[in-house]
Amino acid sequence: MGAPARRRLRAAASAGLVAVLASACGNEELPQNTLDPEGPVARQLDELIDPVFVVAGLVFVLVQALVLYVAVRYRRRSEDEAPKQVHGNVKAEIGWTIAPAVILLVVGVFTVVTVFEINETPAGPGVVKVTVTGRQWWWKYEYPGRNVVTANEMHIPTGQKVDVTLLSDDVVHSFWPPKLAGKVDVVPNRVNKMVIEATTPGTYFGQCAEFCGISHANMRLVVVAHTPAEFERWVASNAAAASLPDPEDEPEAAAGAAAFRARGCASCHTVKGFAAGEVGPDLTHFAQRETFAGAIFPNDERNLRAWLRDPPAEKPGSIMPDLDLTEEEISNLIAYLDTLE
Amino acid sequence: MATVLEPTATPAPVVVDPGVLKRPKNPTGVWSWMTTVDHKRIGILYGVTAFVFFLLGGIEALLIRLQLAQPNGTVLSADAYNQVFTMHGTTMIFLVVMPMSAAFFNYLVPLQIGARDVAFPRLNAFSYWTFLLGGIFIYSSFIFGGAPNGGWFGYAPNTSITYSPGHNIDYWVIGLLILGIASTVGAVNLIVTMLNMRAPGMTLMRMPIFTWMTLISSFLILFAMPVITVALFLLMFDRSFGSNFFNAEAGGNPVLWQHLFWLFGHPEVYILILPAMGMVSEIMPVFARKPLFGYPVMVISAVAIGFMGWGVWVHHMFAVGLGPVAVSAFSISTMFIAVPTGVKIFNWIGTLWGGSLKFTTPMLFAVGFVAMFTIGGLSGVTHAVSPHDRQQTDTYYVVAHFHYVLFGGALFGIMGGIYYWWPKIFGWLLDDRLGKLNFWTWLIGFNLAFAPMHLIGLQGMPRRIYTYDDDLGLNALNMMSTVGAFVIALSTLVFLYNVWLSRKRHVAAGPDPWDARTLEWATASPPPDYNFAEVPIVHSVDELWHRKYTEDEDGRLVRLAAKGEAAQQTAAEVERAAGHGDHATEHDDDHGHGIHLPSPSYYPLVAAVGIMVLGYGMVYGRDAGVNYLLAGLGALILFVALYAWGMEPSAEPEEPEDGSTAESPRPDVPALAGADAPGALGTGVAPNGEDAAGRTDAEGA
Repeated sequence: MGAPARRRLRAAASAGLVAVLASACGNEELPQNTLDPEGPVARQLDELIDPVFVVAGLVFVLVQALVLYVAVRYRRRSEDEAPKQVHGNVKAEIGWTIAPAVILLVVGVFTVVTVFEINETPAGPGVVKVTVTGRQWWWKYEYPGRNVVTANEMHIPTGQKVDVTLLSDDVVHSFWPPKLAGKVDVVPNRVNKMVIEATTPGTYFGQCAEFCGISHANMRLVVVAHTPAEFERWVASNAAAASLPDPEDEPEAAAGAAAFRARGCASCHTVKGFAAGEVGPDLTHFAQRETFAGAIFPNDERNLRAWLRDPPAEKPGSIMPDLDLTEEEISNLIAYLDTLE
Repeated sequence: MATVLEPTATPAPVVVDPGVLKRPKNPTGVWSWMTTVDHKRIGILYGVTAFVFFLLGGIEALLIRLQLAQPNGTVLSADAYNQVFTMHGTTMIFLVVMPMSAAFFNYLVPLQIGARDVAFPRLNAFSYWTFLLGGIFIYSSFIFGGAPNGGWFGYAPNTSITYSPGHNIDYWVIGLLILGIASTVGAVNLIVTMLNMRAPGMTLMRMPIFTWMTLISSFLILFAMPVITVALFLLMFDRSFGSNFFNAEAGGNPVLWQHLFWLFGHPEVYILILPAMGMVSEIMPVFARKPLFGYPVMVISAVAIGFMGWGVWVHHMFAVGLGPVAVSAFSISTMFIAVPTGVKIFNWIGTLWGGSLKFTTPMLFAVGFVAMFTIGGLSGVTHAVSPHDRQQTDTYYVVAHFHYVLFGGALFGIMGGIYYWWPKIFGWLLDDRLGKLNFWTWLIGFNLAFAPMHLIGLQGMPRRIYTYDDDLGLNALNMMSTVGAFVIALSTLVFLYNVWLSRKRHVAAGPDPWDARTLEWATASPPPDYNFAEVPIVHSVDELWHRKYTEDEDGRLVRLAAKGEAAQQTAAEVERAAGHGDHATEHDDDHGHGIHLPSPSYYPLVAAVGIMVLGYGMVYGRDAGVNYLLAGLGALILFVALYAWGMEPSAEPEEPEDGSTAESPRPDVPALAGADAPGALGTGVAPNGEDAAGRTDAEGA
């Protein structure tokens, strides 16, 4: 199950990206805390609910206090007690019908206003568009017009709204980066939209929020926010095709590339300029990624080796089968994947 | 009004011996239970069965909490976890709370309305057996290759044949269809009973509040079950016969499933909670020595909830992307369903206010219900703030919310109901000290288990995940929740120990141990087969109370009769003791011996077995090399059973040794099997046509 490896995943991924990007990455203690938004979209939701929590808290205190007061004040002290028989009180009952209705009406107005605001599609030339496709159990990200396809780790620029289109190729999923936005379902035969935005550069975690089969728990996601300039550099590096390793300089990697074709990897995975499979994640720039397999494993040799030996053992239900690779083939494939910068 | 399905009153029906099964006669023993049509016995069967399923669902809950006690749990595999959480939800909703409510409906409603049984006693038995066999059917999937694993909500297309090719989902689909038959039939039976078989004088607005909640809940079942039945049929056709209702690749619409499911699923919430509301509304006045505060408002608010409950289902789908107009409309409707719910909470507090509160175990559970259900109601309002619901939905915050509603609400109410009505049902009292231990451990365990889930969810943990990372930062809260689950388990053991010990001690309850208010306490504990020797005539809501007490000019309570004295075996004696001799009930000199009750029957059980066989046939029929012969056999058994049932008279002619030669039931004995029930709704016309006394004595004070 790779449990020990996974346990340190987030810390490892965060630390790695922090080092690379030299930037803070929010509250590491609670990486998916909705109460600690890191962008204006999530903050708008938080600011809408905070006063509701306060009002609900007051009503909670009122009701519990009344219950406790009544329980103490009116407890039976003698079996002869003959309380006054009160059958109701129309005024009081009208009162506690109208009061909550008024409070809820106020909450309702703010709710409706926000509903319409968060459903607006961002406009303007600077808006980055990303098409997210949910798959059992990983995420595919395409950047229309930028010739970039990647998986599980979405890269976005800070300080600008990202217009996300959500599609599903199989079952219902739900895309949820809690610190950046509320979740929106990813439904087959349906085009859904959402907006996300990060204020500061950093790594933001999330995961699929709609039960989508056996490995629903293993369908995580990462959003990496860069400064706009760094984002453009990332786009440029990811738009390029992969180059084939030179058999002289990198014999292992070259053998791995050969195995990639011979053992059928190429029929499922795309490596731009080399293979064009559509079933699994695009691997053209795999070595740039911190994680793999639905963002559950840190992208290192030990985890890759375990994965290539038997993917379904590492991730229940994995559509990538056990390919019966030899240890040598695995070493070569890892060497090849390492060249996919 | 009632369509007479069981022609008991037809003079001398030709008794056709179906020639298959001899009419069962055993008054005791296993067969007497398997063939019983007595609403009280069926109620007990429902209750015991639901409690066994509660233990199973509880074990599943403990497995879930063990798996999630620590990050990267290894107690269950991913697939096992998915089966267990699916079965936990399915069990607790369809096999515990609904049938536990049905247990109380069956046992109490005829007693509370002064009837001798439900309208269709054999149909009642059929409901129970269909429920039991449906539950066993679903659970048998654990043996036959794997339990349902698509969640209790079974979202398509994950539950389609493409993504769930095994039989797990088939068991869920067919099992819920079978349980739906049980619920729908039961609801019809109860509705007819409540509308047509009330004692003379009991207008609708004199019905006990629990009976009112049963009526509303039954109507909700009647209208909600067909919706999920349609959804399940469509899914069954997709899975077994290649249709494409939810198959996205072929142009089907997965969102249609969600609409159908939640159009059933939300009213279902009120089906689960209204009976418990009825129970606490009965318990509080008894132990406060005060009438229910605002009885008409309690009725009307529940009716309002029943109606509004149909207009809020999209709040389960705020993240589906239905557009701002739909989301806004359903946000508002969801907020406003909180209004009648809030009214109820304040009316319960009003009931307690100024009372003389005796904190017996049932009272503790009832007051605990108010405190805990309020929390669930308030988190429900936060879901209605739909933009933020995008953060809450499908997280543990929602899990916390509905457990405060269904555990803090429904199960607290049901536990209160169990302690309250236990002495009526079994004739002996449950120990109050152990009961209090049960309550406090239950309360502490419940809050320990579910309060942290609010934070677990808001801090980013989704539902239905079999594993989570250490780095999610939620280890301590998850561990706390697991500890709470085990405290609840211990509390449940306290309850079982209480039952065992109290049964041994056998402290006799007498007819009216709580100085209660409603008619079920006006007969012996446990009640005789025929419930009431003489059908009571009702003058007010809280009829029994008004036979024991009156009010002075200041509205203070004045006792007319001691509780032991007032709660006599027969209604007539109660009448005399209360000084209402003029309004005496119709006299039946032989005190029940001439009462002709419906006879036991094998056919409800046989018909239910037919449905179960049909179910297995449908599950496996689509397999290669298998056909639908088994389903045909099940259908045949069902058909034969229904035919024989139809030919069998509801009540056998009495045996000569009973001293009666009646070939048909005496027409002047009411409420046997529906046929001779009062004809008009709520008019209080006695079955023999005489006007009920005191009809103008409305509103019970």
